[in-house]
Amino acid sequence: MARMSEQLPELQEAIALGLTEAEYELVCEKQGGAPNQVELAMYSLLWSEHCAYKHSKKLLATLPTEGPAVVMGPGENAGAVDVGDGLICAFKVESHNHPSAVEPFQGAATGVGGILRDIFAIGARPIAVLDSLRFGEIEESERSRYLLEHAVAGIGHYGNSIGVPTVGGEVYFEGPYEQNCLVNAMALGLGPREQLMRSAAAGVGNVVLIYGASTGRDGIGGASVLASAELGEADDDKRPTVQVGDPFEEKKLMECSLELLELGLIVSLQDLGAAGLTSSACEMASKGEVGIDIDVRKVPLREADMEPFEIMVSESQERMLCVIEPSDVDAVRAICDKWEVSSAAIGEVTDTRLMRIYSGDELVGQMPVEALVDDCPIYDLAPQQPSQPIYPPPAARLDGAESLGETLLALVGSPNVASRRPLFEQYDPIVQSRTVRRPEQADAAVLALANGTALAVSIDGNGRRVAADPYRGTLSVVLECASNLACVGAHPLGTTNNLNFGNPEKPHVAWQLTEAVRAIADACTALEAPIVGGNVSLYNEGASGPIYPTPVIGMVGLLPDVTRAGRLGFTEEGEAIALVGQFKPSLAASELSKLRGEQLPDQLEEVDIESVIEVQDAVRGAVREGLINSAHDVAEGGIATALAESALAGSIGAAVELDPAGDSWQACFGEAPGGFICCGHAAALAQLAERTSVTVIGKVGGDRLEIDLGSEKIDLTLGELRERHRALEAVFQ
Amino acid sequence: MRARVLVRPKQGILDPQGVAVERALPALGFQGVTEVRIGRLVELEIKDPAQLEQISAQLLANPLIEDFEIELLEDAPAA
Amino acid sequence: MKTGILRFPGSCDELDAQLAAALVGETVLLWHGDRDLQDVDAVIVPGGFSYGDYLRAGAIARFSPVMESVIEFAGDGGLVLGICNGFQVLCEAGLLPGALLPNANRRFTFRQVELEVVEGGTKFTSACPPGELLSIPAKHGSGRFYADEATLSELEEGGQVVVRYLPGQNFNGSLRDIAGVRNAAGNVFGLMPHPEHAVDALTGSTDGLRIFESMRSAVDGAHV
Repeated sequence: MARMSEQLPELQEAIALGLTEAEYELVCEKQGGAPNQVELAMYSLLWSEHCAYKHSKKLLATLPTEGPAVVMGPGENAGAVDVGDGLICAFKVESHNHPSAVEPFQGAATGVGGILRDIFAIGARPIAVLDSLRFGEIEESERSRYLLEHAVAGIGHYGNSIGVPTVGGEVYFEGPYEQNCLVNAMALGLGPREQLMRSAAAGVGNVVLIYGASTGRDGIGGASVLASAELGEADDDKRPTVQVGDPFEEKKLMECSLELLELGLIVSLQDLGAAGLTSSACEMASKGEVGIDIDVRKVPLREADMEPFEIMVSESQERMLCVIEPSDVDAVRAICDKWEVSSAAIGEVTDTRLMRIYSGDELVGQMPVEALVDDCPIYDLAPQQPSQPIYPPPAARLDGAESLGETLLALVGSPNVASRRPLFEQYDPIVQSRTVRRPEQADAAVLALANGTALAVSIDGNGRRVAADPYRGTLSVVLECASNLACVGAHPLGTTNNLNFGNPEKPHVAWQLTEAVRAIADACTALEAPIVGGNVSLYNEGASGPIYPTPVIGMVGLLPDVTRAGRLGFTEEGEAIALVGQFKPSLAASELSKLRGEQLPDQLEEVDIESVIEVQDAVRGAVREGLINSAHDVAEGGIATALAESALAGSIGAAVELDPAGDSWQACFGEAPGGFICCGHAAALAQLAERTSVTVIGKVGGDRLEIDLGSEKIDLTLGELRERHRALEAVFQ
Repeated sequence: MRARVLVRPKQGILDPQGVAVERALPALGFQGVTEVRIGRLVELEIKDPAQLEQISAQLLANPLIEDFEIELLEDAPAA
Repeated sequence: MKTGILRFPGSCDELDAQLAAALVGETVLLWHGDRDLQDVDAVIVPGGFSYGDYLRAGAIARFSPVMESVIEFAGDGGLVLGICNGFQVLCEAGLLPGALLPNANRRFTFRQVELEVVEGGTKFTSACPPGELLSIPAKHGSGRFYADEATLSELEEGGQVVVRYLPGQNFNGSLRDIAGVRNAAGNVFGLMPHPEHAVDALTGSTDGLRIFESMRSAVDGAHV
């Protein structure tokens, strides 16, 4: 519909907003004519890749989403699993990649803000945050050091201020992320099952109420537009559209929301994130199969003279949208007043199946809900395995003349392996008094529950392995996540995933995406850890090509006895050390291979999923029984690095023997899923040997790390190792 | 009328933000800058400017660690 | 013993403080807008980011109605413990000397720190065995204790410096490594590290429990 004097936007505006010509024609068809400014703005956002998942929806439908522990699957603000005693754990991971490349502090901060809102939007109190970051090579790029420093500060600022502990995370530095950094934030929440809230608007005649911060021009055309386009040269222009977060406002918003939910005043709840009121209201209406009328003049504004389309599209942070019964409006507003949070009734649920936007009495936009949300075109991918390498080899940092010992020092000091303490010391890991394992104490974070059980959580995503072999590389990512849970004694309950990939319209990226999703499906099915929700971030590429395909996996598990939570550090002098699992190390796509400046291989070794799961089960059982004193998953840098990490964590040395098996480098530094370094009494390890493959390799003791391969030896002091392990401190001076 | 209160860290108190800015300038090619102190600017409309001294001392600044300066601005001419 | 824990918009560690205080007696949460202290024997001003640390940390919370009552309560000899943001609020309110400035390293820092108990005879440290160190987590962005030279000397000579960071443990630049101080009368104590996060072996050290046990003794002694 158009108003008398209004100039209708044309095809070129539609294209500037990110729609294709064909999509614009389809919009005109659905509207019965050319859309006006408000309508076009809303379609362009809802039909963007970020909101509509045009290129990934079909693929995501192949993921396993059901399981005995699943209480809420994909499709809501977050997923949730049953953790016993009438409690659920809600969790999800989301990305904020493009905004973080433009303004890393606020991009990362608002990323945390956004995922936290998704958690309390379904009725759970946020209890933990984890972050998964990717930047370019910090040894070469000042820009990547800048992004790292400010993204970490932003995550700390938001998480610490709102009183949610940041308990874990990961960061990788690789050339392909130089132009396109990744900032993925995961959050967990806890709540009673009866308080689980859905977002479908319900009850014709019910009131639609907005509460939280006032609405300004933040992020207009922001996240959605940025996320649907590759980043180009003039990104400074995008700076004004980056959202600015206020954790204090969100703290009040969170407490207010949880109280409203506790009092049973909410019919449905949705947070306002990317595409603001537009996506929240439309998705609520679509899920509820109803219509919604909104009067933009009723929305509390922070800037004067905002146009209706700006109000509908604004991405101002810290706002929620709820549907409540008309008789509850006063009670709801009173709770909002108590928490010093502004609130306003701005609309109504109708049976028209239309989104109607009013400015006072004037109707300024009208769209069928189905057209906006359900009828967005979904595209097929055209995957094709590339015939040539996509990624240039990294710069070599080792010249091949180094000894095994010098190589281990180089690995321990390499940015992908070195201690993350300079990062996690900027986060509060203990607020809320649940944290039983802090960062660097164990392979997964452990959070105590009131009944003596505990949650465990890990987030992982080695993109280089996925780049080498999207299917097998992704299998090893998912398995690594589950291995980390096993090391603390937890079995997986459910999984969340953030798919960070390049431009899916390019066949080789489509192939990476298709293969990665296939692997997630296979691994999660075998692990009985279904996907409960997640996020997709596409178009992460620039002039120099796409990022490494990076499927970030977050997994939540449960341990029955919190007092038996596992640790990764060696404990006592004299304890035996064992390599547990059918470990078949390979240097393909390994961290050593990267330091040597090698080209990625065109595939990885086969992965025997069942065999890895069997070892995980054995390790998990041993941890639960208190049979072993430490358990550490072998990952980047292989066995030698895992030994060094356990020694440093326990501040005690070790002396072991390794069979070089014809290649000392592979034996020491080769990587593969399903290998664990465990320590314990000899008798205990003998018991474990009855359940799975166990090779006792040496003993804990002293202040050196000695690895004897027969003709060659590694002999380093803990002091030397610790010195190199501190490599990242230099970035945060 | 419009007024401005400038609040800055007292002399003799370490201001690490100021130090960081001072250190960053030579790298950008600016020499000869020292004694950088970073503070806060509060702008407000006030009916009785005589209250500003108390407002500043009681709330806007912490006199133990901060100095403040009050600027009264001319009213802007009517639009 | 009944302990009241204040709650401001933005407080984060008030429930943690309540959990710790519950180990030594009854507890109640005191809303910032309410002047009624509900007959508590002790007040805890908890950690967090009250009012988002706007203007200065603690600068706005110190004017709340509940703080008016706490100031009166302290004037009458009531026991008041300020932790982290609570310490900041007490300094802003003038119940404790000095001020807390942004960390010298310009970053929020979380670290388990070792503290020396300088004054073992206070109402907050009587349960600390002499010579024993306290291992307690600290987590803050503005914990650098400052007072002018004259005040610092006065505090040290008067036994008002209660806990000090061990050499090498002072990451925020506090003058004379001061981690916590008491008022002259000895009933108000503030410290930057978080004793309420050191009361359970499952989550860390239990050295913080000493402080709450000391407070209980002080209250029990007063009731005799």
